[in-house]
This record gives sequence, structure tokens and C-alpha cells, in this order.
Amino acid sequence: MHFSDLSNETYAALVGNKVRSSLTILGIVIGIGSVIAMISIGQGAQESVEDSIESIGSNLLMVYPGASRTTGMRGVSQGAGSAETLTTEDADAVSSSIQGISGVAPEVSTRVQIVANGNNTNTSVVGVTDTYADVRNITLDTGSFITASQTKGYAKVAVLGPTTRDDLFGENTDAIGQKIRMNGVIFTVIGILTEEGGTGFGSADDRILIPLSTEQQYITGSKAINTLYIKVAEDADMDTVQSNVTDVLMKTHNIADGGTADFTVYNQADIVETASSVTGTFTLLLGAVAGISLLVGGIGIMNMMLTTVTERTREIGLRKALGAKNKEITFQFLAEAVALTTIGGVIGIIFGWGTSTIIGAVSDLSTSVTLSPILLAFGVSATIGIIFGWYPARKASRLSPIEALRYE
Amino acid sequence: MISCANLVKTYNIGKDNELTVLHDVSFSVDTGEFVAIIGTSGSGKSTLMHILGALDRPTSGSYVLNNHDMLALSDDELADIRGRNIGFVFQSFNLLSRATVLRNVMLPLIYDNVVPVQERHARAEQALHAAGLPEDRWDHLSNQLSGGQMQRVAIARALVNNPSIIFADEPTGNLDSKTGEIVLDTFQKLNEEHGHTIILITHERYVAEHASRIIEIKDGHIVSDSQNATPRRVHMTS
Repeated sequence: MHFSDLSNETYAALVGNKVRSSLTILGIVIGIGSVIAMISIGQGAQESVEDSIESIGSNLLMVYPGASRTTGMRGVSQGAGSAETLTTEDADAVSSSIQGISGVAPEVSTRVQIVANGNNTNTSVVGVTDTYADVRNITLDTGSFITASQTKGYAKVAVLGPTTRDDLFGENTDAIGQKIRMNGVIFTVIGILTEEGGTGFGSADDRILIPLSTEQQYITGSKAINTLYIKVAEDADMDTVQSNVTDVLMKTHNIADGGTADFTVYNQADIVETASSVTGTFTLLLGAVAGISLLVGGIGIMNMMLTTVTERTREIGLRKALGAKNKEITFQFLAEAVALTTIGGVIGIIFGWGTSTIIGAVSDLSTSVTLSPILLAFGVSATIGIIFGWYPARKASRLSPIEALRYE
Repeated sequence: MISCANLVKTYNIGKDNELTVLHDVSFSVDTGEFVAIIGTSGSGKSTLMHILGALDRPTSGSYVLNNHDMLALSDDELADIRGRNIGFVFQSFNLLSRATVLRNVMLPLIYDNVVPVQERHARAEQALHAAGLPEDRWDHLSNQLSGGQMQRVAIARALVNNPSIIFADEPTGNLDSKTGEIVLDTFQKLNEEHGHTIILITHERYVAEHASRIIEIKDGHIVSDSQNATPRRVHMTS
């Protein structure tokens, strides 16, 4: 049997039963198409999460008070960030003794009731220094940021997030120079942050920045800070700086080598990795759901091929009587199954690609079609075609020619 | 050409319903003969044809076709023999209904691996001429033909690979008597003018009388084997 004969016979068999062939192909199209579309949505989500984390600054180290929860098996662990082991002195020690740092920004944050202009709101009040804007990539919409001398002088000035400004003074009003009252202390508004987007609890737009010293003096009443942000000058130095920061803080906290640190240093890469693994799981889940429909499509192929074998029993008997060998009958039926998955696969890829492009264009979801899910989906469907086509093909080839010819 | 000795075929060996349908069948057929095997239904004639046509194997005995010891061959070798040396014509035609006449006739050639692809068409045309199907029907789908035309397509298909022997299993069984005559006339012509060896299986004496030798089989035994000096002739009016 020549290859051209095999393809002619396959073509004739598939065209001979157009409706059934196209329904089977449709099953595969939906399977492969949904795998590609779903994975593209998952990967799009992953990329946008990574992008937004990168936008914070890829060369950022964060130091939180309290030990990392992953290091020990001690009875009750305090969550990182809730202990009061980091202070302003630690920030000074880091910035004065470590090379390769372009900025250090300590932060202390607490929720406070704010009164202004007869309005009342409850939001995060964050104590920061002049370096904060640079280290955290913060820009101002209007007004000016907190200066070093204001930090030194316990100045009662405040920079409002746009949402907070809206809550206290009404939408888009000019709040510069207005007074607000927190814990009985009057602050003057000197700037408004640029809107960053994001909603809900802990939004970057709903907060008030005041000088660190002022917050410690009038609001928290302690020298403790919540977070120490360290901006590293060169990406390549991240690891070195991270270990230097650990060393310096160990020394200032009088912890011997090998002791348990009472602080935790994270870098941006760790956070990106964590977020990626979350969205990776999400992608996997979407892919698994789509994979099920691919499997169902494969079973559709097997179903069609088994029906075909039964229906064409006499034809199989005839072909055998005319000299077809078992192997040739197997190849013929296998070729039909493979042709169905290949056609379905190609259309499915186009369909999946199109769907994800449309989803990306009309909705907020970003989608990203990459080569690997295409190869994966196509490989799976080809495998399904061969495996699910193999069984009916074997069954067909093993029919005895006489019984097959007599079959009604 | 065909020489078989002591052929026995038993079904369901060792079970309660063990059934021997052929007992010690021995005969031989020479090249160029037109033999009719006649018997009632259940006589074993179809089983005999299946064994002679390499579609089935006997339980015991010996069968030599064209110097091949058919009992010693593998399944694939038997398939090759069927494809190259044997042509079948069935009672129910067994054409591919959605395929054209030409494709049906060329079907055996795709499994034969001997006839070059470019010669297939010429071979099919030659076979269709020999089977007597008018040329204007060649591109029709086979399910658009009459019964007699379908059987001619089946005969052409049996001829296309130049087999040394043709087996016809009740070829007139599904045809009216007039069309049946035409088909039998075709077999006679193939035998007398082209020298094809033909074995015709039938239950009708009238049909068997078109052959030049009649073997009668009953309950798995050959009961008579005689030359028919005056084969029945068809008087074609058209």
C-alpha cells in the first residue's frame, strides 16, 4: 500500500461521512482551543502580576521585624511584621555602613481616625522620610513631598492619597494648605499623591504620609518601624547587599552568628516568585479544566472510530478478501483517527488563538499566547488520536474475513 | 492448479457443539476449467470455497494452489495470495457504495504492491471491458447502478489483478433470472475466450449447468464429480 493510497482512502472515508467527521473534529477543536485560550489567560495574568510587582522596583529589599516563619518550629510564632524589633537606628546603621545602596526608607504604619472639614475617615497613616518617594517610586500629583528637615523637625505636615483627599475634602478639590486632625494633633496638607489604581483595604491611594519622626512622637509613641525598604543601586548586587544587610542588623541587634534573627529580609525576586507560583497554579487549574475537554474530544474520536469499525465490518472483510493485510487495515483506521486529530488540532489552535486575542481585546484580562501550550495541546491531541484510534484499528484488523463478510 | 486432499473442517473443536462441515474432501482442478460446486444450504460448499479462496484454513488435510502449500503459509502470505492469484465475486456484490466504478475496480491494486500506480487505470479499463460494463457507467457511483451492472463491476474487480482463479459465490443469487443469465454468460466468455479458471458455487442446478464440470457436495462429502459436455448456453437477444 502506497502512502498516496493511504491518504486517498482516508480522505474518501472521512468525506464519506461528513457530518460525523466534522462533529468529531469539533470535539477536538473545542478541546485544543480551550486549552490554548485558558492557558493564555493564565499566562497573561501571570505576566501582569509580575509586571505590577516589577513596577514597584525590581531592586528593592524589604526588612520586616520578627523572624521568618519558615525557619523554625517554635511553638507560637509571631507573624513577620508584628514584632517591634526594628527601629530607626537600624535604618541609620544600614544606610551608613553598607555600600551599593541608593536609598533607605523606613516606614511605620498604623490606622488612625482622621477628622477634617467636618468629615471623618479611618485610614492608614504612614510615617516616612524624604527618601521614601525615591525608594518606593512615588510621585506627587500636586504639592510637595516630605523633606529631610521636616522629618528632623517633627513637622506636622501630611501628604494625602487621592482617595483620602476625596473622602475628606470632596472629589478633586485642592486640599493643599488645609488642616486635618489626627489623635488630637493638627497637620497641614502639603501634597497629594498621584493616583495609582487599586481598590479596597490597603489601597495605595487611600493613605496619609507624614514624617516618620512625627508619627513616632505623636501617634505610635515608639521608636519601632514596620518595614525598612532598601533600594539597591545595581541589580547584580542584590544578593551581596542582602547578606550585608543581614550581617549589619545581626550586629546591631547583638545576635551571635548562628542565632535566630529577629528580623526578616525579603527581596523583590522572592515576592515575584511567590506571586508567580500563585498565578502558575491558577494557570495549571485553567489548563486542567481545558485538558478535560481535550480528553472528552479524544474519547469522541474513539467513539467515532469504534462505530466506524462496526459499520464498515463488511468493507473490512472485503478488503481482506482482496488482499489487505492486518497491518494495512490497522494503518487505514489509524490514519483516519490521526487525520481527525490533526485537522481538529490545527483549527483548534487558530480558534484558541483567536479566542484569546478577542478576550484580550474586549476585556480587562490580558492574554498571552505562547508556543508551549500550542505544542502541548497539539502533542496531547496527536497522542490521543493515536492511542484512541489504535484500539478500534486493532479491533478492525483482527476481524476474520469470513465473519466480516457475513456481517449484517 | 488446485489440488486438495482429505480436507476436513471442524468448528468449535472440543466443545459441546462441535460440528464437522467437511469430511475428507479431495479433488483437483486444472488451469482453464469452469467448475460449478453445487449443494444445498448447509452442505459445506461455502466452507469449501472459503478454504479454497484462502479466507479460512482447514482443520486437517492438504491444499496446494499454484504450487503453494497453503497450510504452511502465514496470514500475511495468504493475504498476498488472495491479492495476486485469486479473484472473488460475491452474492451481494460488496462494492464500496460511495465510490465510483473505477475506484471499486482498482481497489485490489492498492493492496497488491505489484502493479505500478500508473498502470492501474489501464488495468481497470481492461477488466471493465472484459466484464462487459458499458464505458458510460465507469464514472458513476456504484450505488447508482442496477444489480446486473453492480455484479459486472464486481467481476471486473475480481479480474483486475489478473488472478489465476476466480471464485464466484452464488453470483446470481441477488439477480433476476435475465440479469443472472447475462452474468453467467460473462463467466462463460471469461473462461472460453480469456482462459480464466473459474469456480462457481451455487445451490441451483440450472446455474451449475453453465459450467463444464459439476461437483456436487452433500453433508460435507463430494457425492458426484462429472464433466458437463454440453454447458447450457445463454441466448442473448440484445
